[in-house]
Amino acid sequence: MSRPTDLVQGTLDLLLLKILALEPLNGWAISQRLKQVSGDVLQVSDGSLYPALHKLEQEGWITAEWKASENNRRAKFYSLTRLGRGQLQAEAANWARLSDAITQVVRLEEA
Amino acid sequence: MRIEHWLYKLPLRLRSLFQRKRVEQDLDEELQYHLERKIEEYVAQGLTAKQARRDAIRAMDGLTLRKEECRETWGLSAIENTIQDIRYSLRLLAKSPGFAATAVLTLAMAIGANAVVFGLLNGLILRPLNVPQAESLYGIQHGNEASSYQSYPDYLDLRDRNRSFDGLAAYSITQVALDTGDNPSSSWVDTVSGNYFDVLGIHPYLGHFFHGSDEHGPNSAPYVVLGYAYWHNHFADDRGVVGRVVRINKRPFTILGVAPPEFHGTLLLGIPDLYLPLVDQEQLEGQNNLTDRGNRWVFMAMGHLKAGVTPAQAIADLNSIGSYLEKTYPKDDAQRSFTLARPGLYGDYLGRPVRAFLTALMLLAGLILLAACANLGSLFAARAADRSREIALRLALGASRNRILRGLFTEAALISLGGGAIGLLGSVVLLRALSVWQPISGFPQFHVPVEPDANVYAAALLLVLVSGILFALVPTRQVLRTNPYQVVKSGPAGAVGRRISVRDLLLAVQIAICAVLVTSSMVAVRGMERSLRSDFGFQPKNAMLMGTVLDMAGYHGEAVPAMQKQMIDAMKKIPGVTHVGLVDWEPLGNGSWHGSTVFTDETTDLRPSNAAAEPVLYVVSPEYFHAAGTALLAGRDFTWHDDKNAPRVAVISKEFAYRIFGSVADAMGRHYKMMDGARIQVVGVVEEGKYKNLAEDPQPAMFFPILQSPSSTTSLVVRSNRDPGQLAAAMRTTLRSLDAGLPCEIETWSAALDLALFPSRVATMSLGVLGAMGAILAGTGIFGMAAYAVSRRLRELGIRMALGAQRREVLRAGLGRALKLLALGSTAGLILGILASRVLASIVYQANPRDPLVLTGVVLAMLLLGLLATWIPAQRALSLDPVTLLREE
Repeated sequence: MSRPTDLVQGTLDLLLLKILALEPLNGWAISQRLKQVSGDVLQVSDGSLYPALHKLEQEGWITAEWKASENNRRAKFYSLTRLGRGQLQAEAANWARLSDAITQVVRLEEA
Repeated sequence: MRIEHWLYKLPLRLRSLFQRKRVEQDLDEELQYHLERKIEEYVAQGLTAKQARRDAIRAMDGLTLRKEECRETWGLSAIENTIQDIRYSLRLLAKSPGFAATAVLTLAMAIGANAVVFGLLNGLILRPLNVPQAESLYGIQHGNEASSYQSYPDYLDLRDRNRSFDGLAAYSITQVALDTGDNPSSSWVDTVSGNYFDVLGIHPYLGHFFHGSDEHGPNSAPYVVLGYAYWHNHFADDRGVVGRVVRINKRPFTILGVAPPEFHGTLLLGIPDLYLPLVDQEQLEGQNNLTDRGNRWVFMAMGHLKAGVTPAQAIADLNSIGSYLEKTYPKDDAQRSFTLARPGLYGDYLGRPVRAFLTALMLLAGLILLAACANLGSLFAARAADRSREIALRLALGASRNRILRGLFTEAALISLGGGAIGLLGSVVLLRALSVWQPISGFPQFHVPVEPDANVYAAALLLVLVSGILFALVPTRQVLRTNPYQVVKSGPAGAVGRRISVRDLLLAVQIAICAVLVTSSMVAVRGMERSLRSDFGFQPKNAMLMGTVLDMAGYHGEAVPAMQKQMIDAMKKIPGVTHVGLVDWEPLGNGSWHGSTVFTDETTDLRPSNAAAEPVLYVVSPEYFHAAGTALLAGRDFTWHDDKNAPRVAVISKEFAYRIFGSVADAMGRHYKMMDGARIQVVGVVEEGKYKNLAEDPQPAMFFPILQSPSSTTSLVVRSNRDPGQLAAAMRTTLRSLDAGLPCEIETWSAALDLALFPSRVATMSLGVLGAMGAILAGTGIFGMAAYAVSRRLRELGIRMALGAQRREVLRAGLGRALKLLALGSTAGLILGILASRVLASIVYQANPRDPLVLTGVVLAMLLLGLLATWIPAQRALSLDPVTLLREE
């Protein structure tokens, strides 16, 4: 599975979980939302989005149902499960630790 | 957490597995939706519909790949890939049926051999007796020898004085005549102590059993319990037998009940017909030894250890009783020390040799499996090398090495499962047959209880798995190292190296193992053949035995010798009969013998420690030596005048003469003493013989005239050149005319030797089979190697031939290596085999590993194998047509 090079390993899961925590969305809407909230900084290729979603679904973190989309066509909507909420917390905490640590390192002044 | 996880996961998995189409449609639709929205977006940006579509698909990095990635997350790929691997492997195997058949059959043979040997081990050693709480059941064995005989008074003391057993039962084995009304037939029975069934915890299938409280001294319990099989066969499952009175040795006994079907007595190798009280010994065996402390005739005493008592504590307890017995009865009970043993194989007496033999056999079978795995491993490696181009191509096209290895393992698993299934099937058939086999005529109850059970199946499955993994591991390194670029560029022949490869090493090891097997089987077969030709000290050929037990038929006192004389005279009148003699127990018969202590004539203090020898004792009639074909070296045969009124005389064996008198000539006319002080004069010396078993060292033996030492249990030896079947019929008619109610057993002397020869026969048979397997494996191994070597170097050989190489050189190039390995492996195997055969010498009589015939035999066999196995590849190498070959490449 190829991952976008500009995303730190594993962070795609966190992003998807976080976005779905706000409201159930379909794949297309998720990609739009990602671009929108990150101001085009986080580029997730359309291709890698779906395998990632399917993986989260298989893990039981998100669940899917077919509903009418915003333009009244059938689309697959994903929403967070109870398990997914727990996973989101864990990954968010993990990310916070990681980014803190990296920030610390980056801020080191040359002696 | 885990459970909730599966709560989501399981429905998804099941759905993707069973509603594959729906799931695929969903995936298509989901991606299609995305694609359409993307196209709409691009169109809105001003692209043409066609261009928008192309860009949208490009943004997805290819739809097909993405779909495949999604599918992979469904967790189905593992199952699907496996199915795919299996299909692919089956196709590959079908393409080379020769390879597949060889591999499957090789493995079937190896697994089958192991399953059979394990079945034996399981049935005879691992599986406990079929009684409740068998793990705490122990037999009492003597501390200084592998035997368990007790005298009845000693048994009673052990039973009543010990504090370690929940109860101590005893049993003995004997033969009785059972008459249910019409015809008497003789049966092998267990005579058991009254508490036998209660101590073992066995409950009757029908009726009830006798108990300790039923015993009130000699002949006080006229009760009989039927074995289930005997009841089934002789009473046709008649539930009304309980309470019926039958005649045993012409005396009335009441049938109390029937033992349960799963209970076969307490000796693994036999199923008793009946169970009778030990206290009725006089009625059943014609003599009463219940009060004789010095006469050890009770076969074994056994019982369950009390809860919390360890075997060591029990032994200490028994030994304290032993020292009490020694002190109280110094005359009869010298050296009473005890140990515990499992009762099923009569303690260590049978248990030790059976264990040793089966362990050795299991080891050999393990070697067979190892050789088979080495064989298959090198075949697989060769195949992988042949397929190196295909593998390189697959690697180059993006297949993972993992996936390719999985393919190889699948192929190995298929072969090992196929081979295992066939092997197990064969072994189950064989074990079932063994279980109902009656190898020893005269002992119809003798059987080998080795029905396969769950243990055997589990062991076979384990072997299948282990062997599959073992031989699949061999080519792994090869695949992991494959460099697709190199292989595709230079072709498969590019990697031929001169150094010794794993494959060569495997083959050499395998040939060595096979040579070990061939050597040991040849040693065994040769020893067996020699022991069959060896001098028994009598001529079993053309001799017929008729066993009778006169006291079973009501003869007592003077009636016994009178009837015996009548029988001899009557048999002599049968046309064609040359000699008739009588012996109490024929030599080598049923494994039983009597010994007696003798002293030199000068000895006055007749204590056991002053004994001159302990010869085997036979009681014989005049003319026995002629009938048996035993050569008289000096002196005279007995006559009917050597009776109670005449001085005691004996004929002794040559070994006896040498040991006590120095030579045959010195022995003639001399005297020696028996334990009771009686002086015996030597009137004749006969040749040496085998008495107890075939493997014994020369034993002293003495023969007493039957009129001076009467015995009611005898075998008539009838020598005649007539057909055994006719003769037996004539003998039976003759006996009927003397006494219609006297049961007898008639068989040829050769058949009667079955028991004596049984161990070496079994050993020879099993080693022969294993040896043949070893030979076949060595053959297929060399064949595989040679065929591979030739096919691998076809091109090189073609070029050589085109350049004018001689046939000899071509052969050397193609097969030299295989033959070199064969020589190397065979030599190593031969040496190892000779070393291993020393163990054999202890089981197979006259097995001599340094036998020149065996050595040449092994060398010839391996050479022949090598020639046979390289014949086809050699033909192929010689029939090469360089032109077509070079054109093809």
